[in-house]
Amino acid sequence: MKYLPLVWAGLWRKRARTVLTLLCVAVAFALFGLLHGFTAALDGIVDAMSDTRLRIMSRVNIMQPLPLAHRARIETVPGVEGVSYYNFFAGYYQDPRNGVQTGAVDVETLDAIYPELELDPAYVEAMKKTRNGALVGEDLAAERGWKIGDVIPLRSSVWQRKDGADSWEFEIVGSYGSSSGKVPTSELWINYDYFDEARSAANGTVTLYFVKIRDSSRAASIAERIDALFANSTSETQTQSEKDWLRAQIAQIGDIGFFVNAIIAAVMFALLFVTGNTMTQSVRERVPELAVLRTYGFSNFAVVSLVLAESLLLCGVAAALGIGIAAVISPPIYREFGAGGLTLPLPVVAAGLGLAAAFALVSASLPALRAQRLSIVDALAGR
Amino acid sequence: MTALVSIKQVVKGYTRGRERVEVLHALDLDVGAGEFLALMGPSGSGKTTLLNLIGGLDRPDRGEITVAGERIDRLSAGRLAKWRARNVGFIFQFYNLLPVLTAERNVEVPLLLTKLSSKERKRNVAAALELVGLADRAKHKPSELSGGQQQRVAIARALVADPTLLVCDEPTGDLDRETSGSILELLKLLNEKQRKTIVMVTHDPRAAQYASRRLYVDKGSLTAAPLGVAA
Repeated sequence: MKYLPLVWAGLWRKRARTVLTLLCVAVAFALFGLLHGFTAALDGIVDAMSDTRLRIMSRVNIMQPLPLAHRARIETVPGVEGVSYYNFFAGYYQDPRNGVQTGAVDVETLDAIYPELELDPAYVEAMKKTRNGALVGEDLAAERGWKIGDVIPLRSSVWQRKDGADSWEFEIVGSYGSSSGKVPTSELWINYDYFDEARSAANGTVTLYFVKIRDSSRAASIAERIDALFANSTSETQTQSEKDWLRAQIAQIGDIGFFVNAIIAAVMFALLFVTGNTMTQSVRERVPELAVLRTYGFSNFAVVSLVLAESLLLCGVAAALGIGIAAVISPPIYREFGAGGLTLPLPVVAAGLGLAAAFALVSASLPALRAQRLSIVDALAGR
Repeated sequence: MTALVSIKQVVKGYTRGRERVEVLHALDLDVGAGEFLALMGPSGSGKTTLLNLIGGLDRPDRGEITVAGERIDRLSAGRLAKWRARNVGFIFQFYNLLPVLTAERNVEVPLLLTKLSSKERKRNVAAALELVGLADRAKHKPSELSGGQQQRVAIARALVADPTLLVCDEPTGDLDRETSGSILELLKLLNEKQRKTIVMVTHDPRAAQYASRRLYVDKGSLTAAPLGVAA
């Protein structure tokens, strides 16, 4: 600690240069935190997904409806504990660009299928009593400022009412949350029965089924049995655990880990020259000062350590600042991706600080070598 | 008088391009404990080279250098650094203070290598600055001090670890006559009252008058210099 003033003073010898370098490193590490945090958050979302919940959609595509009659047959499969269903509503508020994620659900089975859901039974009762009732997710309510009692006029780009109108009105009768973050709370849920009766087409069909199973190790075999039930029918199914489904969705985007690593590697490589140049200039300007330290008994090792400590302090402070920025702005971004409740994972913070230390040592290695080879007599003579 | 510095048959040369230049030729010198020695001579005569050897900043090609009972020509780089920290205080022509540190932080630098506590270091720094008459300038940076004041800070830095030997390379070379006088008076005081052994390189005959002995370095050899010899 007694050397800290010496290191600190050396760092601020050229304030503008140090501040600019610090900002460069901070921005790079903010990017590191955001991108690696994003991939880690995706992994976290996948891990958090239930593997005792199966998701059934049409084998053709997700918009192809499945008959509601499938439900009774799915319930007969051994290992199945409960079945619920869902229909996309494709709603928007006032403007088609102002989409509202809305799904028609069976409120009676929600609790059994989503035990992690925080849903007051009184709200379920309110939904049963209010045909055009709606449950608003906490994130959506916070975003739109919607509250219980509000009547929300929505239009659907897919579903018309039997009278030909595409406008629907839903009264918010309750809300739902998920403090574990395992269920996105950015949707509006409406009563399936009301929606199905009112819509002009595709009645008696659903977009998705959700199946609760007892034993996650049997997920694959149960999925196979469900799909076998409807094989060669007009409505073939594709069944996956929620975890496998999400993993497959992410894989469709591409190898995100590779892209992230490639971007970070390019940024860090370029940055290495910036900080390396800063440290080289800083040491070159201070050769006589370093010689004075050597004169007063500082060993080669001590002088090299001071140079490395300076680089570590600069990169450490900058990386902490950058990762701190990433930690602050990450949660809202994760929420946008439907991963509300997640924060920047600690392993990413630790990896960032570790990388900053390695980065500092590499960028200071050449100037440190110069300081180590310094001849006191030549340096004092200005040679 | 016991010799604090003993130099025997020291040879030192440098390579400049392809040429080998011998600066000191089989030089012998004894400096007594408590002596104030002025080394004079023209530029390139080898006086600073001799001073660097006495201060353990450089090594001889041949010969023996013993300071305070230690054969410093045999010490490894690490041990020589430790030896310098314990035994020698350096004063340079251009002060060589660290510009980003305050006067007290500059003076503290040699003490960072000791096991003294922060409180003890502060006490010693305050005493050294008091001794050179700059107690009220402790918080000032070098750029906020005059040349004479900067040299006083450099002297305080040289003294703070209580070394036996002070080596001064043109300590008044960058100062006006009046300021030079006060710096030399201070060095003389340190020599007489605190029994510091001082070896000073100077071009200035007036500065040399403050020393108790004067030697003339010419073409790498030492001769006794008559009083009033000009460089």
